[in-house]
Formats: sequence, C-alpha cells, structure tokens
Amino acid sequence: MLWNTLLLSLRAIRRNLMRSFLTVLGIVIGVAAVVIMVTLGNGATRSVSDQISSMGSNLLMVMPGQRFGPGSDAAPSFKSADIDAIKSQISSAEWVAPVAGKSVTTVYQSRNWPTMVSGTSNDYFHAGNWEIASGRMFAEGEERGGKAVCVMGETVRKKLFGGQNPVGCEIRVKDFSCEVVGVLKPKGQSGMGSDQDDSIVMPLKTVQRRLTGNQDVSRFSISVRKGASVDAATRQLTLLLRERRKISDSEEDDFRVMDTRQIAQTLTSTTKILTMLLSAVAAVSLLVGGIGIMNIMLVSVTERTREIGIRLAIGALEREVLLQFLIEAVVLAGMGGLAGIALATGASVALAHAMNIPYLFDLKINLLSFLFSAAIGVVFGFFPARRAAGLNPIDALRHE
Amino acid sequence: MSGSPLIRLSGVTKSYGRGHAEFQALKGIDLDIFSGDFVAVMGPSGSGKSTTMNILGCLDTPTSGSYQFQGVHVEQLERNQRALLRRHYLGFVFQGFNLLARTTALENVELPLIYRGEPAAARHQAARAALEQVGLKGWESHTPAELSGGQQQRVAIARAIVTRPEVLLADEPTGNLDTRTSHEIMELITSLNAKLGITVLMVTHEQDVASYARRVVHFVDGVVESDLRNGEGY
Repeated sequence: MLWNTLLLSLRAIRRNLMRSFLTVLGIVIGVAAVVIMVTLGNGATRSVSDQISSMGSNLLMVMPGQRFGPGSDAAPSFKSADIDAIKSQISSAEWVAPVAGKSVTTVYQSRNWPTMVSGTSNDYFHAGNWEIASGRMFAEGEERGGKAVCVMGETVRKKLFGGQNPVGCEIRVKDFSCEVVGVLKPKGQSGMGSDQDDSIVMPLKTVQRRLTGNQDVSRFSISVRKGASVDAATRQLTLLLRERRKISDSEEDDFRVMDTRQIAQTLTSTTKILTMLLSAVAAVSLLVGGIGIMNIMLVSVTERTREIGIRLAIGALEREVLLQFLIEAVVLAGMGGLAGIALATGASVALAHAMNIPYLFDLKINLLSFLFSAAIGVVFGFFPARRAAGLNPIDALRHE
Repeated sequence: MSGSPLIRLSGVTKSYGRGHAEFQALKGIDLDIFSGDFVAVMGPSGSGKSTTMNILGCLDTPTSGSYQFQGVHVEQLERNQRALLRRHYLGFVFQGFNLLARTTALENVELPLIYRGEPAAARHQAARAALEQVGLKGWESHTPAELSGGQQQRVAIARAIVTRPEVLLADEPTGNLDTRTSHEIMELITSLNAKLGITVLMVTHEQDVASYARRVVHFVDGVVESDLRNGEGY
C-alpha cells in the first residue's frame, strides 16, 4: 500500500508541475532567506569578535582626549617619561607599549606605498598578540639607540616586495633608509574595518627623533597580567595619569582608558542588533513564502476535492487518499526545504567570501526554518485533503 | 428471472435537511436487480433517480431502509468496507466523465488497479486491453484535455470496466455528448453488458438512450412509478 501510494503521490506531483513548483519555490525562498541572513549575521559577529580577540585579551588602550578615534580636542599627548611611571607603578601591567604614530611613504626600489609607522617597543608585539612570521623583533640596542630598523606588516611587505622576503633589505622611509629586521604574521581587518597589517613598526626613539621630532607618545597599549583585575588596573592607571597630568579633582579626565572587553561589547552588540534586524526581515520572507503556499493550496482545494471524490468513488480508502496527500506535502516541503538549504549554503559561502567574513554553519537555524516551512507545506497541503476525504464521496465529487 | 437478486432495495428513504427544511428525496424505494440485467432509471429532475444511483453505488447512504448487495446489508457496512465494495464490485461512469486532469488515459484507467494493488506489468496490460476494448487503442498517452467528450467518456468506461466489476453504474453517461456520440457510447455499454455479462444500471432522461436497456424503471417524486421490460410498454 505504501509503495502504491508513493507512486500515486509522485504522479500527482508530476502532473501538477506548476503547482508543485510554486509550492517548492515558496519554501525555498523562505528557508534560504532566513538561513542566509542568520548565517551572514553570525559570520559578521564572529569576525568582529575574532578581530577583537586578535588585539589581545586584557588589553588597555590609553589615548589622550575624550573622543574615540583620531583627532584630539587639544588634550596634550603623553610623554616618554610616562612609560617608566606606568611600568613601575602599575604592578598588574604586564606589557606597556607606547605608540607614536606617523603616516609616511615607504619606498623600495621602484615601488612605494603610503602607510602608518608606529614607533614603539617590543612590548607592542606582546601586548597586541603580534607574531613574527620571519626575521626578529628589535634588539635592545636598537630600541635604546633609536636605530633605523623596522618590522613590517604583511600588506606593506606585499606592496613593496611582492613574493620576496624583505628581511635584511633596506627600504627608504621619508628621508632615511631603514633595515627590515622582521615581518609580522597577518591579522586581517580590525573590528573597525581598517587593515591591521598595513603598517610598519620601528623603535619609539627612531620615530620620535627622525619623524615626529618631539618626545610625544600618542597612545599606550597596555596588557594586564593574567588573573589580575582589568577594572582595578584601569582605576590605578586613571589615578596615576590624572596625577601626572596634574588634573584637579574638579576636572574631568583629558584622556581615555578603554579595555578590549568594552570595545568588544560595543562592536558585537552592534552586529547582534544588525543580525536581529536581518533575521526579522528574513522571517517576513518566510511568512510570505508560507502565505504563498497557503494560497496555492487553497486555490487548488476545489480541484483536489473533486479528485478525492474520484479516488473514493473508484475504491480508494480514506486513509489511502490521506496518505497520498501527506506524502505529497512532505515530498514537496522536503524538496523545498533541502533546495532552500542548498541554495542558502551556496549563497552564504559566496557572500561570506565576498564580505570577507567566516562562513559558520548554524544547524539550529537550518533545522528550524526547514521544519517551519515543512510544517506550513504539510498543514496547508494535508488539512484541506483531510476534510475532503472525510466527505461522502458524492459530496466530494460534486464540490464546486 | 429466478434465484436471489444481485441488488435488493427495500423501503429505502433519503432525506436532506432537518425540521421544516427537510426534503425527502426518496420516499420508500423497493427494487430488485438481477445479475446480468441492463436497467435504465428514468424520471424528471428531482424524482430521486440520481439519489438512488448514488446509494446503489455506495457513494451516499440511505436515511432508512435496507440495501442488500449479494445478500450483504450495505447500510450496516462501515465507510472503509463500502470503499472496498466499490473497489471490487462496482464501476462508475459519470455525466461529467470525472477523469483526473493532466493525467494520461492509461494512467486514468490504471488508477483502480493501483488501489487494488495489482503489480505494474499486469496493470499496464489490463489498462491497455480496456482502452482497446472501448476503441481507444493508440490514445493511451493523451490527457483528457486532448480528447473529445466521447473519447473522454470511453476512457471513463475503460476505467470502470478494467477491474471486471459486477455492476456498472452510469449516471447520465450521455448527458454531455451529442446524439451520434451518445449512440456510440450506448452501443459500447450494451456490448459490455452482452459480452462480459456486466450488470448495467443507468440513469438517463432520454427516451432513445433508455431504449438500449432491457428494463426501464420510472421514478416520480421519490417513488417508483413504473417498472417495465422494454417491449412491454414501449
């Protein structure tokens, strides 16, 4: 009986190709929309949190001024002397990296590339979780003597050296020549969308002496020792800097201490809201797909009721008719669901690649949207049939 | 005629609606039909002839009275048992053909055999043979939309006889057809009755269609008004 009923179901699907196609299409669109939106949203969230964790855990960023980002509201920069003060007085600070930045044009042979120079110390690599791909960090003498050496980011290396290894080569930065001693492992985009690999790193003294011409430190990256309280370190650091910058009790801070957690929270909560918005839009498409299926099924009720009447008249049992319609609905909904998931997977992989975010397969949302649309298909395919199959055959046959 | 009848209706009534709106379509029908007979049921609209046909075909149930098919009380059977009775003993031909749309003639004719659980090979063979019997050899892969009214009714007849039923029930089989095609269909039905011994029960309101039958039962207002063998009263 099951085999024969399956045959009848497949025949019914085949002879109503357009109706079957539209039903499947409704499910495909609904499932694909939801799965794509949620998958991309998850990917974006993951990408942001990955980038933040690549900044290093327990990292404190200290900047002059109260505004977030570049440009200052006339707050004075930090000084080289602040480095030792922080190192000696904040016991929970593991690495303290001062940064003096300057944008420059780098030249190697006939190629040049504008980039950012960060003048800092070896602490910068530790605090920021940077790894050396080839070559080395700075030697102690190079830092102390302000030698013309640099470690370059992957983007700069690619632009200046192409496939070559630059370690040992000399590049020209502004008006002096500088030896490349190391190359950093790439990190990709930052949480804010800038390319973290597009920079070169030099000893702080080199930058101050040859590029900025002063003793200013534009910011600090400080990593807090494992197990130590980030909040306590932030408080101590704030107190210390207020004292050193001679801020009276009635005045507000003219600098800002941020930890990675805060940055992470700000950025991931933004992407989470975006994901929720996208999911809401996708849920509407799922609903519209469902209404489409409902529409198609209800429109065909008259024809199908007569068909059920014919089947009953020639000797089909009620349960055979029901089973046929159930199989039909399940097959269509299942095909639609699978096609939707396949489409969503393909589109998500492609879009994730294009948007440079990771593709994350979310089993839950795949199952959920599949089951939801399958349920719509089954409910609207099966329940009108159940009503019709319960009629007297003659009433089903005469259905107008 | 001797022996027990194939079909016996006694005191069958059928009412629609309730209370004041109640309408009695059948007011006590007694009818015996013997195996191999060819009976035409006639009468004006609303006389209860189609209602009787539907009860005989187990498509509808009587309000009261008894319907025996080969001695079995059909009115006491369950829904599924009545379906099985239709499946194994009855074949239907309707005025509106009632073929499955967008389905080939062969698949339409195969349908009752699928419900009977016949294997595919036997099913194809029987369906082809039935189509050939109604003169539609070569039209197996046509859908109803590609067939004329007469051809569609032939497909419907093939579908009705492919199971070799005991009784063929035809409700105005020529109602949607022109005169010439009507006669072709009636000749086909007559030959099925003569050659295969299928008992035929046919509702019609056309005198010349009824003249193909051996027995004509007249309904008026839900009762049998006359029951004559052709050649006696016509």
